[in-house]
Amino acid sequence: MLSYGPACGVPVVFAQSVIRPRDAKQPERKKGGHTIPCCRPPGPLPSSPFEYMAPKNPKGGRSAIIIGASSGIGEALAKRMARAGYRVALVARREAELQRVAEAINRKDRKLATIYPHDVTKFEEAPKLFQQIVHDLGGFDTIVYCSGVMPPVAKNEYSFQKDQQVFAVNVLGAMAWLNEAATRCERQESGTIVALGSVAGDRGRKGQPVYCASKAALASYMEGLRKRLGHRGVRVVTIKPGPVSTPMTEGLKMPFMISADEAANQIFRALNRTRTTAYVPIIWWPIMTAIRCVPSWLFRGKDI
Amino acid sequence: MKRRSAPAPVVVAKPRRERPPKVAPPSTDALLPDHLEWVEAWGMESKSMSYVFRPSTLDQLKEVFVRARSAGRTIALKGGGRSYGDAFQNSEEFVLDLSRMNRVLDWNPETGILVAEPGLRIAELWRYIIGDGYWPPVVSGTMFTTMGGCASMNIHGKNAYDAGPFGNFITEFEILLPSGELRTVTRESDRELFHAAISGFGMLGVFTKITLKMKRIYSGNLEVTPRYVRNFDEMIEAFDENEHRMDYMVGWCDCFANGRGNVGRGEMHFARHLQPGEDRMLAQTLRVKNQDLPDLLMGFIPKSILHKLMIPFVNNTGMRLINSAKWNARLKPGASKPYLQSHAAFAFLLDYIPEWKQTYRPGGLIQYQSFVPADKAAKIFTQQIRLSHKRGIIPYLSVTKKHKRDDFLISHGVDGFSLALDYPVTAANKANLWKLCHEMDELVLAAGGRFYFAKDSTMRQGTPARYLGAEAVRRFEALKAACDPENILCTALYRRLFGEPKRAENLLSDKVASL
Repeated sequence: MLSYGPACGVPVVFAQSVIRPRDAKQPERKKGGHTIPCCRPPGPLPSSPFEYMAPKNPKGGRSAIIIGASSGIGEALAKRMARAGYRVALVARREAELQRVAEAINRKDRKLATIYPHDVTKFEEAPKLFQQIVHDLGGFDTIVYCSGVMPPVAKNEYSFQKDQQVFAVNVLGAMAWLNEAATRCERQESGTIVALGSVAGDRGRKGQPVYCASKAALASYMEGLRKRLGHRGVRVVTIKPGPVSTPMTEGLKMPFMISADEAANQIFRALNRTRTTAYVPIIWWPIMTAIRCVPSWLFRGKDI
Repeated sequence: MKRRSAPAPVVVAKPRRERPPKVAPPSTDALLPDHLEWVEAWGMESKSMSYVFRPSTLDQLKEVFVRARSAGRTIALKGGGRSYGDAFQNSEEFVLDLSRMNRVLDWNPETGILVAEPGLRIAELWRYIIGDGYWPPVVSGTMFTTMGGCASMNIHGKNAYDAGPFGNFITEFEILLPSGELRTVTRESDRELFHAAISGFGMLGVFTKITLKMKRIYSGNLEVTPRYVRNFDEMIEAFDENEHRMDYMVGWCDCFANGRGNVGRGEMHFARHLQPGEDRMLAQTLRVKNQDLPDLLMGFIPKSILHKLMIPFVNNTGMRLINSAKWNARLKPGASKPYLQSHAAFAFLLDYIPEWKQTYRPGGLIQYQSFVPADKAAKIFTQQIRLSHKRGIIPYLSVTKKHKRDDFLISHGVDGFSLALDYPVTAANKANLWKLCHEMDELVLAAGGRFYFAKDSTMRQGTPARYLGAEAVRRFEALKAACDPENILCTALYRRLFGEPKRAENLLSDKVASL
């Protein structure tokens, strides 16, 4: 009967018997076994061990900042998180689209979404807006960077303007926002930072050299953040989705394509797990692990 | 770029500013994350991230207000940070920590009048004056509260039935109103503001100077008489018996006792000041060294690790054991004999075990203190303990004191008694504990009782109006509107009890957060 905490009883009690619904039957004691009756006091159970670590928000519940929430995975994820009770701050460039998403989430009795129109390439606006959002949400909990562009590039096109745009949105915008989040996480010693990379970032490919490079840069940046903040109670998660049917991939035919809702479901599940890099769907993990092992001289000849 | 249509008028004589501002007005850019810190309530039950500022001069203090205004944030005032609940919590906003404004500005040993800045702690205060034969007129159970905090919460001590609250001994104070006006207030000059700013829980302005009248003492020691009582009825009888003979009275009761006629069994301590001439070793006992609490327990256990040894006992079983051991200590021969004890050792009981609150981690603790009129006190206190047992949440520690009415606006004083109960908070009992406190609120309110903002964590919006009266709340709100029209001073406590204050439009949020 020591003080109650996540570690209490876990070494001696079967982990599964500690985390069980309140109204479930008491596990039967085996004869001669060493199971100790569970001494967990009644009360709502956390859905994951990380919920214990989540900071208490005076406004109650959990919250998330979603950047790039006006369409695609960001939109689906915002809806998914709101369904789980998160209060979400939606950040994106197009205000009309944001309105549409927020209206889909908010109901009369339950206003969970707030919108903040903002262009992620205006880096100097990010710090102030970040503080404003955190203030409005009543605390920082989770940030998800979903903004990303992949302009169509012809086979023999080398357009610096397009490339600059890709890097500004996919990498520099992420740094502007996630640096702010990291500064805060370091001080509050909790929080979750999530960025959407891509399976494309694992190897340089013929069709989209700069898009691949930008996602690789983002993945390395996230890995660095993880090393900086991981030991301070902060979770830094890189999501690597395969092809997802969103406006970005409209008209393209790709293998293992899933819907944005399905992707959001899987991403949401990954947020509360211990995994630091999550392939969505999971089938891409063996595929990309294999492809990453292909030596460069062999990879050069393949038409991917 | 706008071009002016008309030429600028010729300026003839520009009124010269008398004092140029020492600090440049801060920019309206994003706030620096350097100031971001966890601010944890003393009971550890609530904590939040805030931008903490620690000014040490008046100019720096004013600068914080300028910054808050430009950033559109509110400010909570913090002194020693010893309030149990959310009295200095202000999530994602500013917290103004005044502990660095801690100078003694004037001390006159002839008259016993001391002028100090608000961040001066009782710990430094009594060390400063005791050599001259003085003691603070009212002290809290811990010496780490500040003058500003004591004044704004209008704290009471073990002599509350006689001396009243801290504010009774303040003769004058200087207050910085959020408008930037610095006002010197005495009881005569502005009666309304004097009685509201003291007890105003930091919602009307920032004290910048406090003048306090100290109490003359003729010995560094007190004569303490312990006495054991079997229940609350006896305890209250004993309080009334000794009221005129003793200078300090405090009671402890064993909250685990729930039998017939033994609810409230416990020990009481009565102490009296020694009269002039009674102490033959005056110069010796008034030394600071004589007052200091011992660093070692039983001669070999350092106090700093003591709370770690306590951890195995901070649970229902362990606390039942300790409480009954303390009760059974009455059987020790000579347990009720009077003895001499230094002022500091008698007054600052909570400082015997530094960091004792850490034993309540991870959930923390709350203190539920209610003030009940004399005729109903024993009955209500008994009901509170019985109800706690019924709900299965038993307080680990309790303190009883006697009080009297005072004339401050947000007053917790009653002609009666108070019972403070320390409840442990866990993830599992929290909802039930809050429900229990609300049930006890109803008991206390029906008996005409009151509550105390420095201890409170659970009261609901509207409850203060029920015991303070609508008239007092209206007067307080009128003063708040006059002193702080922008509602720049705000805390989580204020939001909880009086609702979200109306703010001037936030710089950004109204533009962008239209939903």
